[in-house]
Amino acid sequence: MSTDPSKLAFNDGWRYAPAPESTDHVSIDKRYGLFIGGDFVKPEAGQYFDSINPATEEKLARIALAKTADIDLAVKAARKAKNGAWSKMKAAERGKYIFRIARILQERAREFAVIESLDGGKPIRESRDIDIPLAAAHFFYYAGWADKLEYAFPARKPVALGVAGQIIPWNFPLLMAAWKIAPALACGNTVVLKPAETTSLTALKLAEVVRDADLPPGVVNIVTGAGETGAAIVEHAGIDKIAFTGSTDVGRRIQRALAGTGKKYTLELGGKAANIIFADAAIDQAVEGIVNGIFFNQGHVCCAGSRLLVQESVADEVIAKLRDRMETLIVGDPLDKNTDIGAINSRAQLDTIESYLKVGQEEGAEMYQSSCKVPERGYWCRPTIFTGASQSHRIVQEEIFGPVLAVQTFRTMEEGLTKANNTPYGLSGGVWTDKGAKIFRMAQNIRAGVIWANTFNKFDPTSPFGGYKESGVGREGGLHGLSAYVDLEA
Amino acid sequence: MASSTSRVPVAKTYKIYIDGKFPRTESGRYFALVDANEKVVANICRSSRKDFRNAVVAARKAFGGWSASSAYLRGQILYRIAEMLEGRREQFVAELALQGQAKRSAKKEVDAAIDRLIYYAGWSDKYQQVFSSVNPVASSHFNFSVLEPTGVVSLIAPDESGLVGLVSNLAPIIVGGNTTVVLASESMPLSAISFAEVLHASDVPAGVVNILTGHRDELTAQFASHMDVNAVLYCDDTHDVAKEVQTKAADNIKRVVCRSGRDWSDAASQDPYLISETQEVKTTWHPIGS
Amino acid sequence: MPASARFPDLSRVPLVDEVGVNERAARFQTRSIKNESKIEALHLILSMIDLTTLEGQDTPGKVRQLCQKALHLHDALPGLPHVAAVCVYPTMVGVARKTLAGFGIGDAIKIASVATAFPSGMAPRQIKLEETRIAVEDGADEIDMVISRGAFLQGEYGFVFDEIAAVKEACGDAHLKVILETGELGTLDRIRRASVLAMHAGADFIKTSTGKIQPAATLPVTLVMLQAIRDFYYQSGRMVGMKPAGGISNAKLAVHYLVMLKETLGNAWMTPEWYRFGASSLANDVLMQLQKQATGVYQSADYFSKD
Repeated sequence: MSTDPSKLAFNDGWRYAPAPESTDHVSIDKRYGLFIGGDFVKPEAGQYFDSINPATEEKLARIALAKTADIDLAVKAARKAKNGAWSKMKAAERGKYIFRIARILQERAREFAVIESLDGGKPIRESRDIDIPLAAAHFFYYAGWADKLEYAFPARKPVALGVAGQIIPWNFPLLMAAWKIAPALACGNTVVLKPAETTSLTALKLAEVVRDADLPPGVVNIVTGAGETGAAIVEHAGIDKIAFTGSTDVGRRIQRALAGTGKKYTLELGGKAANIIFADAAIDQAVEGIVNGIFFNQGHVCCAGSRLLVQESVADEVIAKLRDRMETLIVGDPLDKNTDIGAINSRAQLDTIESYLKVGQEEGAEMYQSSCKVPERGYWCRPTIFTGASQSHRIVQEEIFGPVLAVQTFRTMEEGLTKANNTPYGLSGGVWTDKGAKIFRMAQNIRAGVIWANTFNKFDPTSPFGGYKESGVGREGGLHGLSAYVDLEA
Repeated sequence: MASSTSRVPVAKTYKIYIDGKFPRTESGRYFALVDANEKVVANICRSSRKDFRNAVVAARKAFGGWSASSAYLRGQILYRIAEMLEGRREQFVAELALQGQAKRSAKKEVDAAIDRLIYYAGWSDKYQQVFSSVNPVASSHFNFSVLEPTGVVSLIAPDESGLVGLVSNLAPIIVGGNTTVVLASESMPLSAISFAEVLHASDVPAGVVNILTGHRDELTAQFASHMDVNAVLYCDDTHDVAKEVQTKAADNIKRVVCRSGRDWSDAASQDPYLISETQEVKTTWHPIGS
Repeated sequence: MPASARFPDLSRVPLVDEVGVNERAARFQTRSIKNESKIEALHLILSMIDLTTLEGQDTPGKVRQLCQKALHLHDALPGLPHVAAVCVYPTMVGVARKTLAGFGIGDAIKIASVATAFPSGMAPRQIKLEETRIAVEDGADEIDMVISRGAFLQGEYGFVFDEIAAVKEACGDAHLKVILETGELGTLDRIRRASVLAMHAGADFIKTSTGKIQPAATLPVTLVMLQAIRDFYYQSGRMVGMKPAGGISNAKLAVHYLVMLKETLGNAWMTPEWYRFGASSLANDVLMQLQKQATGVYQSADYFSKD
């Protein structure tokens, strides 16, 4: 039958009216101090910086800029808590404090979701359904470990490391704080945590939760600032362990800075995951997996499926379906319940993404963007795919950290595997096929820490997460995530 | 000078071990190992960074096959190494003595090395069961985490222990499916090369273990910086060494493991956590449905 | 057999992953439909309803009441559409035809008749064809047939295909809706395969359920069928309609079916010509929602006619 049906049209006719999440139950202070020793205190040097709503470019709050003197105070407070109340307490009691945090987060979940979306630009659907519930679940999971650690390490006695310095990124602000703080506390450490400078608010609200939960002063300290503040934590002699999530470049600098200091570290770094679609996959669900893999959280995801490898015999079909699906993605107001793709986190990140859009076109790949409208103010990027991308292209090799997918094809399983592994990263990978044996072969041979087979971008507190190769050192989550915060004595 | 009735002994040439072969260093350089009387015991290959490069290529090539081999096979091969070593106990004791070790201590060390191999041979198909997990995720997925070898591991063996220090660090690396390039003890290099001969006779596939001799101050930086090495393991925790190794390792985010201050002959120096230090945790998700 | 019927290459029917479908279906339910878009949707839903009575106790009096409701959904609210069709047993087609003719609205409200030994389909083919022809002769615009699920589950795909094609031929100018009875097919893979068979055999619509078997229509099942329709459209250029039936009894759920329709097949299908809800109690819940939108006050069922 030689018909050429016209494309399905998704954008005329019935439209969804704006469905903004209400913000009247949310309070954001004009100015935030540093949370040190159980109280909010002014930064020693008295400097503050702005936190911006990336969807409107409006200022949300002034945030204290922590310098070396402030970090010193925070570390001292953490040390005092470590040597005092926190270590003297029974492990079961320690656990109960962590359970409290989980419960309060659940009670205040919607408020946290709204602030997360205001401050970071992510859609309220994601902050409401994913970030905040998962953060609470992380505290709940690790709370239960506090008095059971000996079962995690057969024939060893796990001992807390001391004071952990924790530096987290802007893509999942509260969730990353939970990933860092929950296991550290469960293992008996105290922490000094620094959120990313563009997304400090939910960490500061978490400080309120910590205070309301009556944790002993100094067990959790939240300090705010940018790279220099982070460096001050890394370099502080009173820190026993650094846990960092962020770019591979910064991770490398931290690993170097820690050389010879005897401090322990875990690093969760960048990625360039291959999402591999075989011809025998459930194609429609695979297309969903592609969408979820690269457009979730504006593509600001270290484990994003940013490289699509699709078997040649189904490549046209997959790409056609992907394009149709992209047309239905709604880009815009992060607080609108129907928004699928929110604001790019910052002007700087938008510049980076846009520079890669140029690079991709100059390299000869074909760029396709959905036709959706984006607001005039704020930082936006339409969902984008590059077809005809090659292994030699920068858009295939480098982490873009935006809603930009590089599409390549392969013929045989071996070729797919070779391309998937042809990267210095190794954080995650996706495999789509109906054949069980092939799943296990692929899962075994992709050199990456998380393999999603017939699914993508799933997270759970019980499930260890972390990278091979330049994607990092150590694991977070699950039983294996405890290792990052203990010494094992005989 | 030998008397007319005595036989002239045949001295052994100590070479290095790369890709299942025993070449001399490509550099043609050597250093003399001398005994307490300043008598030359042997001329030792002073391996170059090119030797190291070649060894890494061999180790990378061998990684796919070795990491995919069954745990049972790896256990059998480690056991075979122990058998071969047992058969050459006298040689290794004599060699340690030749390098200045007291006979009693040498005997103890060789026995410990053999027993260590048996210990890890037994772990080959068990550490996975101890350290892996099935994770009860909240969604409709089956989720499990297993250990997989980190990859190519460079090992700067302890200097103070010619044999058991090497074996104690090598065995947990290879039993876990990694391949390795070893820098032998500089002060006691003979045992490492003789051990390579044991490996060679024990069905260890070419390239799985590569052993170099040479100067630490020349080679440490190479072992720590090579971009196709996934982990570096060293046993000298002096500040300068630690700083150099860790700084260079950061180039490609190598895993860095330091093991120092141990009595390698002591059974307390063996445990499955040493295997896990050159393992990665891989988590796999799959939907449960129809 | 109609000229257009062509047995499909079933080896090319895409596989379906249940968990992935469920996740996608759940995503549609996170869409928040408010204000004017809600009102528009509710009107559209009313206009897509196949107002149904399929009971052993049906009488001409019951069917006449149903036809009244089809036209006069809730006259207290001005500007409401009428439903798309009434759906009855073949013996009631004549009554429905006569009643609707009396309204003087032409054939604006269609008459759909179930046929082919509904709901089980357990009858000889000649009887099914005869029943179809009688329903059409009596004035049915649309025939809702059931497939032979037993034969399908036995792998007798040729039998099922031939039967659909034969019923299509017996329909003449009447539209054919093919009921897969998805609750008896067991897996989404089979539902997808049955959808493909039905469309290739000439179905004008594919329909989930008789309403007599649980589960009836669900969002995941309907999604799989919509995706089959989309693929068939891209392959053949022919649009096929979709009718979820059974179990859709409240307005909110129906709105999410519309969301799924819009985001899967796009605007062209967003009309009663290409999409129907098979339902009996849905209409009143939609009406209550519309009244609530108009007045701002939550409603009681006592104010809406139960027919």
